Amino acid sequence: MTVQVTKQWQKVCTKKDLVAHSGVAALVDGKQVALFYLPENDAIYAIQNYCPFSDANVIARGIIGDLKGKLVVASPIYKQHFCLTTGECLEDNTVKLGVFDTKIEDDHIHIAL
Amino acid sequence: MNSKPKQNLVIIGNGMVGHHFVAEWQKQACAQDWQLHIIGEEPVSAYDRVHLSEYFQGKGHSDLAYCQESDYLSLGIKTYLGVKASGINKADKTVDLDNGETITYDKLVLATGSYPFVPPIPGYQNPRSFVYRTLDDLDAIKAAAQGRTTGVVIGGGLLGLEAANALKSLGLKTHVIEFAPRLMPVQLDDGAGQVLKEKIEALDVTVHTQTGTQSIEHTAEDRLKLHFADADPLETDVLVFSAGIRPQDALGKIADIDVGERGGIVINDLCQTSDADIYAIGEVALWQNRIYGLVAPGYRMAETAVASIAGSEHIVPFQGADMSTKLKLLGVDVGSIGDAHAQTSGALSFRYHNESKGVYKKIVTTADGKRLLGAILVGDNSAYDTLLQYHLNDIELPAEPDSLILPNLGSNAAPALGVDALPDSATICSCLNVSKGDIISAIDAGCCSVGDVKSSTQASTGCGGCTAMLKDVVDATLEARGVTIDKSLCEHFEHTRQELFHLIQVNEIKTFDALIEKHGRGLGCDICKPTVSSILASIWNEPVLNQPHVKLQDTNDTFLANMQKNGTFSVVPRIAGGEITPDGLIFIGEVAKKYNLYTKITGGQRIDMFGAQLHELPLIWQELVDAGFETGQAYGKSVRTVKSCVGSTWCRYGQQDSVSMAILIENRYKGLRAPHKLKFAVSGCTRECAEAQSKDIGVIATENGWNLYTCGNGGMKPRHADLFATDLNDVELIRTIDRLLMFYIRTADRLQRTARWMDNLEGGLDYLKDVILNDSLGLGEQLEAQMNRIVETFECEWKSTLQDPEKMKRFRTFVNTDASDSNVVFVAERDQIRPATTDEKANLIATA
Ligand code: SRM
Ligand SMILES: Cc1cc2nc3c(=O)[nH]c(=O)nc-3n(C[C@H](O)[C@H](O)[C@H](O)COP(=O)(O)OP(=O)(O)OC[C@H]3O[C@@H](n4cnc5c(N)ncnc54)[C@H](O)[C@@H]3O)c2cc1C
Ligand code: SF4
Ligand code: FES
Repeated sequence: MTVQVTKQWQKVCTKKDLVAHSGVAALVDGKQVALFYLPENDAIYAIQNYCPFSDANVIARGIIGDLKGKLVVASPIYKQHFCLTTGECLEDNTVKLGVFDTKIEDDHIHIAL
Repeated sequence: MNSKPKQNLVIIGNGMVGHHFVAEWQKQACAQDWQLHIIGEEPVSAYDRVHLSEYFQGKGHSDLAYCQESDYLSLGIKTYLGVKASGINKADKTVDLDNGETITYDKLVLATGSYPFVPPIPGYQNPRSFVYRTLDDLDAIKAAAQGRTTGVVIGGGLLGLEAANALKSLGLKTHVIEFAPRLMPVQLDDGAGQVLKEKIEALDVTVHTQTGTQSIEHTAEDRLKLHFADADPLETDVLVFSAGIRPQDALGKIADIDVGERGGIVINDLCQTSDADIYAIGEVALWQNRIYGLVAPGYRMAETAVASIAGSEHIVPFQGADMSTKLKLLGVDVGSIGDAHAQTSGALSFRYHNESKGVYKKIVTTADGKRLLGAILVGDNSAYDTLLQYHLNDIELPAEPDSLILPNLGSNAAPALGVDALPDSATICSCLNVSKGDIISAIDAGCCSVGDVKSSTQASTGCGGCTAMLKDVVDATLEARGVTIDKSLCEHFEHTRQELFHLIQVNEIKTFDALIEKHGRGLGCDICKPTVSSILASIWNEPVLNQPHVKLQDTNDTFLANMQKNGTFSVVPRIAGGEITPDGLIFIGEVAKKYNLYTKITGGQRIDMFGAQLHELPLIWQELVDAGFETGQAYGKSVRTVKSCVGSTWCRYGQQDSVSMAILIENRYKGLRAPHKLKFAVSGCTRECAEAQSKDIGVIATENGWNLYTCGNGGMKPRHADLFATDLNDVELIRTIDRLLMFYIRTADRLQRTARWMDNLEGGLDYLKDVILNDSLGLGEQLEAQMNRIVETFECEWKSTLQDPEKMKRFRTFVNTDASDSNVVFVAERDQIRPATTDEKANLIATA
């Protein structure tokens, strides 16, 4: 038997609220989410804002870039790198942040938890 | 079980060689079977006497010392410092100490060095005469120079000129009196002595050669009047005798072991004296009728003695040592190698003398012109390393040996002796006896930088004279192995910070995107983005939060505040020079109270408010900016604070108004971004209440203006700042700081503070002085213009950010609600907030 899971999309903010090549934080259903925006390919990456290494909600404030071909964000407190698409930590493979689907409709950002 | 009782090894004298003996001894496997006793007459543990003069440049015993007494104790060594050995009884094998104790030895090592010879000129015993050998001597000279004007050194040899430099640095008008017809008679010939004399006189030190002092009169004004045979008397406040050294061999006579006719304890090739259980090493030892007044031969003796006492299979007997020397005396290059006076029969001399530049070079070769016997250099030591290697390794000279000392006039360039030409046995570091082969072996064993080789072989940790040579050997060896030294900043740029700085400046690049497109690859990362951002800010000074730069900033720059461990921020308004009005204080207090912030006085003489959430930052800063405060830039790699002391306005000792100068400096350089943070301080007098000598830029008031210090550091690896220029007026001071800071910004590596920059700067302090004070690269005006541009375009980042709604949109904790971060929890302590610990937080959130 297969269970059909339908994604619950939620409208979070508009494109204007985002900062190109950088991040902002949103509160979605009591969960903190970091949103990064790459205008070149109109891509939005949503990843958990909580950094387990520092026990603080700071991922949205990290610098993004690429390392060894992976798109990453560096946590601003102790500088671990997390892959924006998978959430995995490059320095410690036992740690993985939650990543969420996003879509843009009429300049609105939607996210599915 | 009864362990074997330990044997006693007693070392008398804890100077340079005595210490080297102990350090080498500790490497022996049998060290634990012996109880070491160190007896030293000086009250402190061994220090670097060769660099004694740096004591006057602000170095203390701890900078010069090889270790502290506690380090000896922790190795189980018994120490008797400040205690003199007064007798030896070789029949009982005991040593008497002047504190009444007696120690028994199995083996005894005499490392008592030498003492300065004071010629018994009538009147030589007086309270204004000194010698130049120990830290105590220097303290006494310093005290005697206080408030005085004139100093005289009797003796124009190597040490006499060192002493003259010291007197000069104490602000005394200095004279050198030499009995011989020239300076440094042992190492130089007449021509070289004359060039040296002219150079030194140009530095305002008066040299009197061929002058014998007949008597010394202590005048009623507590000065000294020196009377000469054929010259007018000379009055002075301080007199330093530097008329040679004599071996400190009194114990040898007491113990009844062989002592040379003209002094020195006689040793054999194993450094044993006439009593096989007593050794002598260093300047006290007489080997084949010679005393060696340099430290390297003493180190070799120490190593031989260690091996002999330890019963090692690999004893290298002492075989004499090379006495070549390379020095900078009062800033003048002087070098002397081997048979400088051409005493070998049939020897040929070649001389080059340039009167306009003050350069003298001479080489002495064998009759066939094939081998180098000796050399003399004054005013230019660039050929020293090459000449020394020809001499020591008996390498055949080029067909025209004089090409080695002729100036490089285009095509007929002097044939430099590449390190490849050296045999593996060539000594590279004579202080620590490290050969080219040793360096190659270290690289074989995995060393891959000069730093690695230095720590593995100890090369270049003595006088430092071999640094350039060491680097050449390391680089050549690595290169021969096809190792290219990777200096890339990160995977996105194959350039160093300095190269990127040039690319950005020369090609007028204004954004990160333009730079990475042309000179890099990929998207960038958290290493290159902030580095490039800092360079862009240093050159173009555009606000860091302008659109193209936003994505480059470290969090602290993005939000113009330092993030704390729990994700909240701190707020630090600028309080230039640490001066603040009562109203200013009250205002800060009220803001802190309103937003419930924790307040603390920082180590930088200002006030830090902690615990602000992201969305509160604009509200708090709007109030501060409206009240006239500016950002303190506690975040960012930029100018932090200028500490001040209260200075001449209030303090009874103040020489200048240090507070005004601190405020002037802080306002001039505020906002300047650099490879790392910059800290300054200004003190009103030498009591130095503002701790300027621990800062990147330190200014200390003098009677006539300001002394400038640079490249000091507190933090993880403290470094005393170097004295850079003296008695500057306000304009000169600012101009010099402008140049210094801009040159640092151009050339330093990322996250390299001025202290490490200086440590790594080839040519060190002298080179930096040349570039900044003598404008040797012709960059001065450019550097000043660049600084002026930054000063003129300053704006308070918080003020401009508050006025820009596009920038303000980031200062929200969440983009979709006004809620706060529920994970930020405070508890109260001493009537203020602090972040809750994890346990506290769990409890508080659970019960909420
Ligand atoms: C607040 C303060 C401590 C205090 O409560 O007094 C402080 C706090 C921090 N210091 Fe400091 N330092 C403070 C004075 C100092 C001093 C004393 C001084 O400046 O006279 C020193 C030693 C002097 C020196 O730098 O040479 C000092 C040596 C450091 C270092 C080590 C630097 C080094 O070269 O080794 C670091 C780490 C770094 O910069 O890489 C550091 C880093 C930091 C950071 C930025 C650590 C961090 O990344 O979070 C701290 C954050 C401050 C904040 O959030 O505002 N702090 N720090 C002081 C702020 C002064 C100010 O008004 O701006
Ligand atoms: C200003 C200056 C600059 C110099 N520059 C150079 C240079 O550039 N290159 C170079 O190679 N050399 C230089 N030298 C020489 C170098 O310092 C000496 O060669 C070296 O210090 C000799 O080491 P040592 O251990 O034999 O003697 P010292 O370092 O003099 O140590 C002997 C120690 O034994 C102690 N002592 C003596 N008698 C007793 C006793 N009875 N009981 C207990 N303790 C006793 C003394 O107090 C002293 O601490 C310089 C010297 C000076 C003063
Ligand atoms: S450094 Fe000098 S002028 Fe400044 S407070 Fe201290 S004693 Fe006074
Ligand atoms: S020659 Fe003195 S440290 Fe190497």
